[in-house]
Amino acid sequence: MDFMTILQVLDSTVRLAIPLLLACLAGLFSERAGIFDIGLEGKMLIAAFFSAAIAYTTGSVWLGLLAGIAASLVLSVLHGVASITFRGNQLISGVAINFLAAGMTVLIAQDWFAQGGRTPSLSGAARFNPVTLPFAESLQGVPVLGPIYYELISGHTILVYLGFLTVPLTWWILYRTRFGLRLRAVGENPAAVDTAGVSVVGLRYAAVLICGVLCGIAGAYLATALQAGFVKDMSAGRGYIALAALIFAKWRPWYALMSTLLFGFLQAVALRPDLIQATIGIKVQVQLLDALPYILTVIILAGFVGKAIPPRAGGEPYVKER
Amino acid sequence: MTAPAIELKGISKAFGPVQANKDISIRVMPGTIHGIIGENGAGKSTLMSILYGFYKADRGEIFINGTKTEIPDSQAAIAAGIGMVFQHFKLVENFTVVENVILGAEDGALLTPSISKARKSLKQLADEYELSVDPDALIENLSVGHQQRVEILKALYRQADILILDEPTGVLTPAEADHLFRILDNLRKEGKTIILITHKLREIMEYTDTVSVMRRGEMTATVKTSETSTEELAELMVGRKVLLRVDKQPAEPKQVVLSVKDLRVTDSAGVERVKGVSFDIRAGEIYGIAGVAGNGQSELMEVLGGMQSGTGTITMNGEEIDLTGKFSDGQSRRARGIGHVPEDRHDEGLILDYTAWENTIFGYHRDAEWSAGPLLKNAAIIEEAGAKMERFDVRPPIPSLKAKNFSGGNQQKIVLAREIEKNPDLLLVGQPTRGVDIGAIEFIHQEIIRLRDEGKAILLVSVELDEIMSLSDRIAVMFDGQIMGERDPAQTDERELGLLMAGIAGEPDKPDWKAVEENLEAVEHGEAPKHG
Repeated sequence: MDFMTILQVLDSTVRLAIPLLLACLAGLFSERAGIFDIGLEGKMLIAAFFSAAIAYTTGSVWLGLLAGIAASLVLSVLHGVASITFRGNQLISGVAINFLAAGMTVLIAQDWFAQGGRTPSLSGAARFNPVTLPFAESLQGVPVLGPIYYELISGHTILVYLGFLTVPLTWWILYRTRFGLRLRAVGENPAAVDTAGVSVVGLRYAAVLICGVLCGIAGAYLATALQAGFVKDMSAGRGYIALAALIFAKWRPWYALMSTLLFGFLQAVALRPDLIQATIGIKVQVQLLDALPYILTVIILAGFVGKAIPPRAGGEPYVKER
Repeated sequence: MTAPAIELKGISKAFGPVQANKDISIRVMPGTIHGIIGENGAGKSTLMSILYGFYKADRGEIFINGTKTEIPDSQAAIAAGIGMVFQHFKLVENFTVVENVILGAEDGALLTPSISKARKSLKQLADEYELSVDPDALIENLSVGHQQRVEILKALYRQADILILDEPTGVLTPAEADHLFRILDNLRKEGKTIILITHKLREIMEYTDTVSVMRRGEMTATVKTSETSTEELAELMVGRKVLLRVDKQPAEPKQVVLSVKDLRVTDSAGVERVKGVSFDIRAGEIYGIAGVAGNGQSELMEVLGGMQSGTGTITMNGEEIDLTGKFSDGQSRRARGIGHVPEDRHDEGLILDYTAWENTIFGYHRDAEWSAGPLLKNAAIIEEAGAKMERFDVRPPIPSLKAKNFSGGNQQKIVLAREIEKNPDLLLVGQPTRGVDIGAIEFIHQEIIRLRDEGKAILLVSVELDEIMSLSDRIAVMFDGQIMGERDPAQTDERELGLLMAGIAGEPDKPDWKAVEENLEAVEHGEAPKHG
């Protein structure tokens, strides 16, 4: 395997990790505030559809992105109303959101575009296009660093860079701001927040809404940057993988980056069965490679990777005690 | 004349058909400690929740320092200078002390300035009121006493002038409780007003200036502490004369029933919890084990009750019993004549969602009396359960009611009825009166004494020193998994036992408080005690 191939695999690792990362951080905000969210998948899916649909109709990918975020936020509010206001079961609400999104997207897509539940292909300004960073072309000749800069660092869409910036931003918000302190507290012991005179409900809604925005970006990225348009069920379990990555990351932003990169890498490798064969000398079934991220997910969820302590008040609706 | 710090006028609050507070009026003068005493469910907590903005009163007015004040939420209570230390601390366990203190009282959107300001202010408060806590320690690594200090610091950091403490000593050792009252005294000297909610009459008598008594949602009396007595307060609380001292004849110990030799227990984390304990209990005596929670008493009880494995020898009526847990469990222990009233009745004593009659047969449910093959003899069990409940004064005596619908004292009576009615040779009793009303305590204590007088052996484990002292015929003190010493209740006092509980033997007249504190802290963190 030569240097360029490695770079290519890493390059696609980055592209595939970004939606996982955004969804993982979305889940992080929500779960750190004590609201479990298995509806990440559904929110990404609905955002993917509406971003593609609006980008196609208006010709502007930015309007598409906004539409995706808005659609995801609608589902977030739904989850918030069910699990915060009405203190319903957070898992059930999440499952409902996933079903809702899976059905609705295809139905509306068929109604609007009549292409069998997909949107027409996006091109030009209706898609996020790769950004070439300054000097990438001219520095290409520099040994080692040149190709790394050109192949790996440059040439991604703006959302990729945005996604990476979200990691330090999340860390900063969580650990350096008043909002972050309260957010973490409400996921650990809402009674402490309540008796301190801060609204538990307000904090949890804020967290759920942030989760919606990040899921919206993740979904829009799938349909308008990674692919060129929406196809049925295109989130393909990424919301669940993001949840597994979140547990693997022990609900911490920098760890989330590492764990989603690992999942991205497995997905990238699955795309290159020829490389696997060349490296280990055995032909591995493509299906097995495709299954790798999911197998890792199962292993993580089964608790084989050390003890991960979730936020203590996670999944529990807050009821004032008498 | 100065205005009262707090004045409540005609406060009423109902939850559905239950009138939790009925027309309550009270005046608390600034710079005093005012006690509020009453049984569980008398409405103390509801009243304080109204004062702290958790509930809105149906009727009535609140005046703070003479000004009529509306308290719709906790924020308003804090703004009015009211701080509350709840019985169950409202702390974020994996946050540091300083983070907990600033939570909700930050100075701006960024944390760093708030934290450095709080650090300074914590140091000041620590010097002023003997409230020292390491600001960077994680709450989960602090002892209960220190956690409580953090709660007080939280209130003081928010400029509270009125401090409400709900059952503050329930979780503290005698030494920690002493320290708490020193802190409260310092606060009073600074002109702060303190409301102390408790069910311990001794604390009221010793530390308060005035006291109010609540019963069934009503304020039955408010008196100067110096002008009342424990007996009078108890009567006001319960509504009838209560026997505060346990009436008992000297014990007449007979043959050894239980003999424990060099018992060791290691918990699932590999920590040795019981480190070579030996003692005998004879028929017709109560052997009391005192100690701060978490010093191995629970594990000792669990091994004896067959819920845990251990090493060493235990003989019951001369026969050795299995400690590996391979050939025995709670049920086989009961078959050997060991009744067990577990420390935690909610987790171990009862199944709260089951009915009272179902709860009266656990552990004995395979007895021929109650079952035929795989089937339970429901009718017989229910009838017998009703009779048991009558005998043990369980209110209401309805076998079909779920266990969770009974009050704490009545739940405990159900457990006692189950274990005592089977006529065991040895009864293990853990924390028999935790969260139990004064009236029920009296009954439970009498039952335990009655059992002793019938010639049974009783092992009593309690963190309530008063209880240990009034019931036991011999007292052992456990500290760090070992028995620090045995005392005759007639020839010891709380002070000596309190020091033994902290692992300090000898010289009860000149206690080394620092050593006491360090020892307790060390054990809590699983380290070796520093002083012997």
